[in-house]
Amino acid sequence: MSVLFIVVPLAVLLAAGGVLAFAWAARSGQFDDVDTPAERMLHDE
Amino acid sequence: MAAEATLLSSSAPSPVSRRGLVLCKHCNLVVPPGLIDATREAQFCCHGCETAYSIIHTCGLERYYELRQQLDDRAPAPGTDRTYNDFDDDTFRRLHTRQIGPLTRCELFLHGVHCSACLWLIERLPRMVKGLVEARLDLRRGIVDLAWDDGVVKLSHIARTLASIGYPPQPARDRKSRSHRVAEDRRQLVRLAAAGAIAANVMLFALALYAGIFDAMEPAHRTMFRWLSMVLTVLSLVWPGAVFFKSSWAAIRTRTPHIDVPIALALFAGGAWSVFTTIKGSGEIYFDTVSVLVFALLAGRFFQSRQQRASADDVELLFSLTPSSARRVEGGVTRDVPIESLQTGDLVQVLAGDSLPCDGEVDSGDSLVDESLLSGESRPVRVTHGDRVAAGTLNISAELFVRVQTVGEETRVGQLMRLVADGARRKAPIVRFADVVGSWFTLGMLALAAITLGIWLWLDPAHAVDHAVALLVVTCPCALGLATPIVITIATGRAARRGMLIKGGDVIQSLSKPGVMILDKTGTLTSGGLSLVAWHGEDSIRPLVQAVEATSNHPIAKALARDLAAPVASNIYRVHDANQILGRGIEATVNDRRVVIGSLSFVSTLARVTLEHADLARRWAAEGITPILVAVDGISAALAAMGDGIRPEARATLDELRRRGWQLRIASGDHQDVVTRVGSALGFTLEDCLGGLSPEAKLTLVERTKATLDPRSGRRLVMVGDGVNDAAALAAADVGIAVHGGAEASLAACDVYLSRPGIGSILELLDGCGRSMNVIRRNLWVSLFYNTTAAGIAVAGLLNPLIAAIVMPISSLSALAVSLKSRTFPDLRESARLSASRQPGSRP
Repeated sequence: MSVLFIVVPLAVLLAAGGVLAFAWAARSGQFDDVDTPAERMLHDE
Repeated sequence: MAAEATLLSSSAPSPVSRRGLVLCKHCNLVVPPGLIDATREAQFCCHGCETAYSIIHTCGLERYYELRQQLDDRAPAPGTDRTYNDFDDDTFRRLHTRQIGPLTRCELFLHGVHCSACLWLIERLPRMVKGLVEARLDLRRGIVDLAWDDGVVKLSHIARTLASIGYPPQPARDRKSRSHRVAEDRRQLVRLAAAGAIAANVMLFALALYAGIFDAMEPAHRTMFRWLSMVLTVLSLVWPGAVFFKSSWAAIRTRTPHIDVPIALALFAGGAWSVFTTIKGSGEIYFDTVSVLVFALLAGRFFQSRQQRASADDVELLFSLTPSSARRVEGGVTRDVPIESLQTGDLVQVLAGDSLPCDGEVDSGDSLVDESLLSGESRPVRVTHGDRVAAGTLNISAELFVRVQTVGEETRVGQLMRLVADGARRKAPIVRFADVVGSWFTLGMLALAAITLGIWLWLDPAHAVDHAVALLVVTCPCALGLATPIVITIATGRAARRGMLIKGGDVIQSLSKPGVMILDKTGTLTSGGLSLVAWHGEDSIRPLVQAVEATSNHPIAKALARDLAAPVASNIYRVHDANQILGRGIEATVNDRRVVIGSLSFVSTLARVTLEHADLARRWAAEGITPILVAVDGISAALAAMGDGIRPEARATLDELRRRGWQLRIASGDHQDVVTRVGSALGFTLEDCLGGLSPEAKLTLVERTKATLDPRSGRRLVMVGDGVNDAAALAAADVGIAVHGGAEASLAACDVYLSRPGIGSILELLDGCGRSMNVIRRNLWVSLFYNTTAAGIAVAGLLNPLIAAIVMPISSLSALAVSLKSRTFPDLRESARLSASRQPGSRP
């Protein structure tokens, strides 16, 4: 079961990657306006 | 207008949803109850839908941009007489636009944006305006971000087009503070995400460890999971969780109670002891509970601050509605320029209906100026050459040319704004209910922990600290700390949808108990404009007067014509030989009858005035209302009283407030006589009607009255007002409520803004706050119940991390469920249904 010593830290790293990706998305303003895009896609032609 | 009304009423009525709500004819969304017009069949949720509908209806179902030509020919929407030329001025460009590559960008606040159809219409703007590259709308805030090529099109042209399709634009003035807030919002979101990811991972490790208790687990694996949990939890505590330690440290230093103190205590005890046992290699760890606590509490706070920021944003965006341009006379021609570029000595033109951009002296012109916003005086003041006028007042009847003396901060309004800042600074913060409870929690937790430690040092010294830490972790008032922000979030969100913008959570607590309420008169209890308040004479004369006054554009004449208008058209009355003498009256011949209307002195020179009428006119004048005499064929026949009419809902609202135990007073800048008359009509005693107060005197009154209230009694001082002259008092009061139509200064100073006219919604606000406070108290009991149960288990030494991990979320979730299900402010849907059933005309 020594594979756990590799897999578990890897899982933590993956989670860290997710947080970093989210931080990037938030900092680039993707969550500033969460209402309008939902309406906008209704009118996209 | 009449043509449009027939057009709309001849069409099919608005659809009605299954639940009985009136839906917008165009977009099928629920029509807000305030917009339902019972006199017509089709209902619309906003200007955009109405515009889109009337276009599609009159022109067949063709596509919008093919109808561009006809749209341009439409009668302009209200307010489109503005040229928006000031948007091209250099000062404006420097303040509000930015250059990115070949394109210029600018954010404009649009009035009247409401639904998906508005979005469609506005974002199709680049197809109508050549040179406009992009228009992106933020639907909730009503801010459009424009990008255009300055060489091809000017911003003024884009602005005019926006206005012509029904969305008059204003520069979004608060761009700097908003970008600061957006950055803070993003940081909070990232912290929340980090706390969430850590909590989820630590929970997974904990699951493995708990499973390992029953199953055999290799010690090496166990050590790895414990160390990983430790690293992640410590990260969570020093980064996202640091806010709890910071605020509790500040609370301890200033010796003010705060809910964060017991929370930080639990987090610290749980975290530190677990780190110790991890390093030691044996003993209980609480990393899962601690990291979940950090996440849950942060989430609650995130939602609360987001909601309150949204309300504060909405109020701030309303500032943008005040005109920010002036018409400067340059070498014989007038040019629209931004207020910021005005200088002392400039000559500006102020059209009738515009507010004054500066303090100055009238150079030429003869007009009436409404100074009620600044002084509370309800009667317009006549100004002519040489008179001083103040920025922010309203020019009513004729155009004026004003020589600029001071602008910006040096004006009377600017000085009042400094007073507002002073009032706000001197205001002591209210100790919140949750914080008071928090200090008791801290004491209780520490006492119980000491008892536990004592008992177990005597019984079993090896596990004494373990049990004490378990107690500290499990008695953390997280149910209260999480549920309170959620209740406040839901309450402010619902209130906002009902037109009550609450800027801070303290308001809910302050308004939940009756206290002292000081009300402004002009614009708050009264409508703030001229209207017919009394009529003495035969009704048969009314159409004659209406017909004559309809020919004049004097403010009194206009108000009289409006209020006397009969439901039946008066076109059988032919008016000729009308002769108007400014400031005195009007005479005309109507259907061969000679009619003279005007002041007592004017009418008595042209006709015989009966003793009864003359007496009554003098009595009214003494009470502060303007008597208008009507003489027909040489003898006085009727008397109309023009004044600032009391709002229809005011009496009922005030009576209900008194019944609930509120102590009410009027504070007005208007003459004492007028205040007394209005006050006695509204059931105030003489000593509660205070007139002739300057803004400074209002501030002093509020501060003095506040000092007489015992802070521990829960009785608070509430100020209700609308004008610049109320702003300082609003800022100094425990709760400042600004009513609809208020001045920019009062919006900035208030804690609550009521966007529906009148004070009727105050009752609704108080009801909602009272109910929200009850829910918060109920949460306290839920929290207490769980904590005492858990504390009992912990003192008995039976608590292990697994039980703590199960009990904590259950207590939080049940408090959350109570908060989500409970009634605070009624839902918009509920009230829409109510108002739909009250107005049978809007139903098929």
